[in-house]
Amino acid sequence: MDLADRAEHRAFREEVREFISAHRHLAPEETADSYRLLPRSYSEKVRKWQSLLVDRGYASRTVPKSYGGFGAEPDILKTKIITDEFFRAGLPPALYNQGVSMLVPTLLEHGSEEQKKKWIEPTIRAEVFWCQGYSEPGAGSDLASLQTRAHEDGDDFVINGSKIWTSSAHIADMIFCLVRTETEAGKYDGISYLIFSMDTPGIEVRPLQTMTGHPSFNEVFFTDVRVPKSQVVGGRGKGWKIANSTLAHERGMLANTNHAAGRLQKIAGMLKSETLNGRPLFENAIMMDRFIRLQARVQALRLHEMRLVTEAVAGKPRNIADMVCKLLGCELNHQIDAFAIDILGEIGVLYDGVPSVHHDSIWQQFYMYDLGLIIGGGTAQIQKNIIAERGLDMPREPKSAKG
Amino acid sequence: MFFGLSEEQLLIQESFRGHLTRSVDLDRIRKTANSERATDRALWNELTTLGLPGLLISEDFGGSGLQLIDAAIVAIELGRSMAPVPFAATSIMAPLALNLAGSPAQQAEWLPRLAAGDMTLGIALADIASGARRRSSVIYNNNRLNGKACFALDAADADAFLIADTDGRLYLLRADAPGVTRDILPSIDGTRPLCTLHLENADAEPLAENSPEAIEAIIRAGRIILAAESFGASEELLDRAVAYAKERNQFGRAIGSFQAIKHLCAEMAAELQPCQSLVWYAAYAFDHLPEDASLSALLTKSHMDEVGRFVSRSAIEVHGGMGYTDLMGLHFWFKRIGFNRAQLGGPESLRAAAARLQGFVTPAA
Repeated sequence: MDLADRAEHRAFREEVREFISAHRHLAPEETADSYRLLPRSYSEKVRKWQSLLVDRGYASRTVPKSYGGFGAEPDILKTKIITDEFFRAGLPPALYNQGVSMLVPTLLEHGSEEQKKKWIEPTIRAEVFWCQGYSEPGAGSDLASLQTRAHEDGDDFVINGSKIWTSSAHIADMIFCLVRTETEAGKYDGISYLIFSMDTPGIEVRPLQTMTGHPSFNEVFFTDVRVPKSQVVGGRGKGWKIANSTLAHERGMLANTNHAAGRLQKIAGMLKSETLNGRPLFENAIMMDRFIRLQARVQALRLHEMRLVTEAVAGKPRNIADMVCKLLGCELNHQIDAFAIDILGEIGVLYDGVPSVHHDSIWQQFYMYDLGLIIGGGTAQIQKNIIAERGLDMPREPKSAKG
Repeated sequence: MFFGLSEEQLLIQESFRGHLTRSVDLDRIRKTANSERATDRALWNELTTLGLPGLLISEDFGGSGLQLIDAAIVAIELGRSMAPVPFAATSIMAPLALNLAGSPAQQAEWLPRLAAGDMTLGIALADIASGARRRSSVIYNNNRLNGKACFALDAADADAFLIADTDGRLYLLRADAPGVTRDILPSIDGTRPLCTLHLENADAEPLAENSPEAIEAIIRAGRIILAAESFGASEELLDRAVAYAKERNQFGRAIGSFQAIKHLCAEMAAELQPCQSLVWYAAYAFDHLPEDASLSALLTKSHMDEVGRFVSRSAIEVHGGMGYTDLMGLHFWFKRIGFNRAQLGGPESLRAAAARLQGFVTPAA
């Protein structure tokens, strides 16, 4: 154990801090609006900030220079230093949307040279916004049973079908999408990974109202949508393997312990500022018991993350220690939100547009949003299957379909 | 930053795990648990050759001069194997007490014998660590101790005791000193009885440098070591539950293929994974991060106590009726975890202490 930075990383931390203090006035504000309907594209301010971060190596750090990135050697400790310092300074981290976190790693691993040249730079610089077309009404946890079909017609695929839970489809420029191209092949072998513009004729997007009251999801319908065959990533029929490699990226992204620690800090403040009968709430021993329980969980997960960073640096392959993160992180965030609501009592149920309690009412939004994250990106139940089957090597679920 | 074990620590882990796996089996645990004595003497001697009692004792006194994280690594292995030997009090808290608060003469008198495994020290400080119950109170006056010290740890087979008075000062006392009566109270864990020490004008010697900081550090170390032991015991229970679920067939399938069982195992694994980092960090902070040492010890034991309870009952459930039998022996680990939970402060009082430490003061209950 040696939790101090070595000289190289100490210097790097200094460099990040200097950058932040010199440029923080350029950063866009992170507000509750990040959970709401976004405008069609990122604002000028967001795009400029993101581009600055890419130039300085604080976003998409390891993306090669030839594709518009910074071209650094992978150094997970430096990545963690960047995340931690931005969090400490209260700055929004570099954009981590589905384009940056899922499409770009996929293209780097499986894309053609032309696809990489064309799409990576505008994606990491927030000029092109992506959505993910995976789930369907009949293919949720059992994603491989998806039915959206693409038949060949000359140099094109012609797509018919529909997708659901498509985050941000109403504002996205582009989509990466799983479709069934080989009708004769097995369940897992007939799927291809396609990328195409959301402006292609035949696409209809219907916002799906969610329990938060804000439509962050959509249904997307495809009617004879024509996409050139050259826009397949990684080869026809290889989509299932490719999708799994991107889902692994998403699972890593959904558990962020900085996030949990930040909210817990806010709650510590609320326990002091919120009063009941004129007495601060922290005088309630049961409230404090709940607080410390959560604090221990946050501490456990933060330290676990440090262990994983060390293991990743050492080149240890992904194992059960990684597989538990999504389950634990999403559950913990949700419990933290629930506790904040309970601290606020009646105030905790006020919602949207109540000016005097605007700041407090955001916890209900978090509470519902984070329930969505427990389900999205592989439900908690699917995570438990993964932990048990791949992590503990327990017998697999009997699969009904072939493949 | 490096959050993991060094080469040397991996060697310590390997040597204890290897030896304990080879030499401790259910028969051996059962024999000690059902006997009058709390300690398997032969095992104690074997582990002494590996350096068990001298981990924290300086090389000048025949120990290995290691740090608490090294001791925590060993505690995890003792918990995993359910080794029927004393550890937290005699090999961790007592040497630390002498290191931190003993005079050079006291250190020279006691530490070499502790390191050599020739004697063991019990510790009675439950009143300070978890609060006084059952009218226990210990008063020191004119070189004599009077009163009743409850819930002494590792004391049943001990040659001498470290006893805290009501103000948290520690005294050395020989078990055969006139005026000392030791009541051995069997606990759920047959290898870990508690003792009540009745003191009537017993001749005792205060540690020369007693201080509130010293006793706080001793208790803190004890809590971390108990958490480490419970972590090891919990891991062993999970491993056994998973192995059983793969073997046992019902309805024509391994029961581990049913999600009811599989998900329970996944939940245990998910809860346990971060506990390892929690234990390592608290032990590391003990020696290296004084500003974070108190809080992390409180969070670590309180959390591990809760996870240990969940894992110990769930692992038995996975085994069905067999898990409940003495034949399977899972109850030994279940009981060790339950025993540790109640020592040096249970989770509720540790959480209350963590709240106070951070400036949240709740009115006394």
